[in-house]
Amino acid sequence: MNKINIGAASCGIAAGAKKVKKVIADEVKKNNLKVEIIETGCIGMCYNEPLVEIIHGDKSWIYGKVTEKTAKQIVEHHAGSDTPIKELLVKSNVLTTEDDFFDKQMKLVTRNCGVIDPSRIDDYISNNGYTFLQKALKMGPEEVIKEVIRSGIRGRGGGGFPAGVKWESGREAAKKKKEDPFVVCNADEGDPGAFMDRTLMESDPHAIIEGMIIGAFAIGAPQGFIYVRKEYPLALERIENAIQQARDKGFLGENILGSGFNFNINVHRGAGAFVCGESTALMASMEGRVGEPRAKYIHNVESGFRNQPTVLNNVETWANIPVIFDKGAEWFGNICSGDVSENPWNGSSGTKVFSLTGNVEKTGLIEVPMGITMKEIIYDIGGGIPNGKKFKAVQTGGPSGGCLPESFLHIEVDFDTLTNVGSMMGSGGMIVMDENICMVDVAKYFIRFLEEESCGKCSPCREGLVILEVILDRIAKGQGKDGDIERMEEISACMQNAALCELGKSAPNPVLSTIKYFRDEYEAHIKEKKCPGGICKELITFEITDNCKGCVICEKHCPSEAISGFPKEIYHIDQNKCIKCGICVDVCKFEAVTVQ
Amino acid sequence: MSSGNCDIKAVEGIIKKWENDREYVIEMMQDLQHEFRHVSRDALEVVNHHTGVSLADLYHIATFYKTFSLEPRGKYEIQICLGTACYVKGAQRILEAFERELDIPEGSTTKDKLFSLKAVRCIGCCSIAPVITINEEIYGDFSADKIKASLKKYK
Repeated sequence: MNKINIGAASCGIAAGAKKVKKVIADEVKKNNLKVEIIETGCIGMCYNEPLVEIIHGDKSWIYGKVTEKTAKQIVEHHAGSDTPIKELLVKSNVLTTEDDFFDKQMKLVTRNCGVIDPSRIDDYISNNGYTFLQKALKMGPEEVIKEVIRSGIRGRGGGGFPAGVKWESGREAAKKKKEDPFVVCNADEGDPGAFMDRTLMESDPHAIIEGMIIGAFAIGAPQGFIYVRKEYPLALERIENAIQQARDKGFLGENILGSGFNFNINVHRGAGAFVCGESTALMASMEGRVGEPRAKYIHNVESGFRNQPTVLNNVETWANIPVIFDKGAEWFGNICSGDVSENPWNGSSGTKVFSLTGNVEKTGLIEVPMGITMKEIIYDIGGGIPNGKKFKAVQTGGPSGGCLPESFLHIEVDFDTLTNVGSMMGSGGMIVMDENICMVDVAKYFIRFLEEESCGKCSPCREGLVILEVILDRIAKGQGKDGDIERMEEISACMQNAALCELGKSAPNPVLSTIKYFRDEYEAHIKEKKCPGGICKELITFEITDNCKGCVICEKHCPSEAISGFPKEIYHIDQNKCIKCGICVDVCKFEAVTVQ
Repeated sequence: MSSGNCDIKAVEGIIKKWENDREYVIEMMQDLQHEFRHVSRDALEVVNHHTGVSLADLYHIATFYKTFSLEPRGKYEIQICLGTACYVKGAQRILEAFERELDIPEGSTTKDKLFSLKAVRCIGCCSIAPVITINEEIYGDFSADKIKASLKKYK
């Protein structure tokens, strides 16, 4: 049967997917067409949302930026025939289109995203879903763990610890302590600028659940938990729905598929705390306490949730497990940088999902093989920097990561390479910054974020962040002093050595990496009292140039009545009244407002 | 146990839904926050009575997690995403413009209790940054000049 897929993950819905769906449903009814209308998850091309895909058998056509008007046209002209409206197409498997967004990608974990209806378990099953669980159940727990170790998969949440090794320790600790272990899925995706886990939960929740069942079977856990941050209501809804369906079908519950293995999953809602992404804090939160981390000299695999052995992996790691049992560990391990066949620490295997955002032409969810270069991601997949501006930096690893300059665009993207150059893989946020970004401001932004989110338990993190913020603030205001940079380096070193948890230890990274690669910008702020990015308010002025056509729009929007002039003549900004809010820059259609 | 002006029956209903289990107090409090737009002392006393978690611990939770508010929040909660992707696309300016428009600082509620203004860190819609949400509604590709029009709907 012919199908019409509508991308309806959070970003699609925000762009208007629901309205588009209604128009399509009405038109289909009106034209008496026999097509199935499906709400899928994220297709990945978020820059083209809302997306509509017409599927006739093997043929597929994807339309981008669909409006209510074009939705009507698409159904009228194309849904009943094989002739697409070419000018509205963004991608098709039967026509060549200009868009090469997918050419360098490798869709494994996201293979079902935008393809199946995430609210129907039958869609997942018809794409071989839950067959990997059957395969794993036949292999037995020890073999399953060996397979996962052989695949070389390292945790996708940030630390990059080999997942199979963790499973093995969990299984052994449980045996030794004679206690039931737990498995936990960390879905508290708190890094600002990262939405991989949200998309996976919204687009293919059963893959995560299947991965968890396989893991629980290997470790011997009767109970699992998914900790979802409450900022993701749609992900929460789809996960809960998927768990219920899996229970109804007998994939969860007693005696799963006749194997004698019992397993259930409960969901916890996070209540808004970045630190709860840290495993020990997350477990404290699951126990109904505040999310403060503890020192990790006793590992979670020995004593985690309720002081019992606990194996925690993040969403993407769990979602990778069915892929490993589909393709085999060897195949999976061959997609890599380094050789993981002997030791999973020797490299990075498989793919990594990134959320590519910021000042880049094509923002979206991408999945790439480990070892691809930064340049390929930003330019070949992302289409480069918009509006003819220059690339300045790329930020990976969230607040614990770092900013890399242009000279590092050639590096391979994998766990170890990124760590070696002072950033980190993190959970997969990748934010591209153009020349109009101030690196001091970026550092200040992350430090302020971390200062607000620091749980306050240990003093290096709690106090160190406050001092870093004070110094950065002073530099941004043009009041920086000689020695400020060195002072920040000194405080950062103390935090790295003495903070209690990994988040605290990595908290100074945004400062250190920006100092390392963009020291000239700090010096421009301190010595010349200039902000090269044109962001720091105290160091810039706005001016209107000859490009001004006197269209009045800036005067209308200026909140402080600082702009004056006569229509069709060049306008003027009163510097005494200007509050430097930048709205005039945003609204001007002629690029007549410049920042000095 | 003081009754105050809190609907004890409703609070008890929520606690019962989580089977009085102290491991689920954060869930209970989220439901309370959703239902009453804040967690009051009266409500927390009821939670304390049924779960045995001390008031001190409940207050610790209520002030630790960002979801909770000890004062009632506005009918419409405006959240300005300050995630990295939104930030590099000018979200800070949008926040400042909202502060001017509503005449309240970030983190507070208008006098008529209609709007609360809050900065949040990443709601995961980075590809359509900058993003704001008003209650459940998400607005992508937002800019300061769209504020007046977007608020009209709720007044």
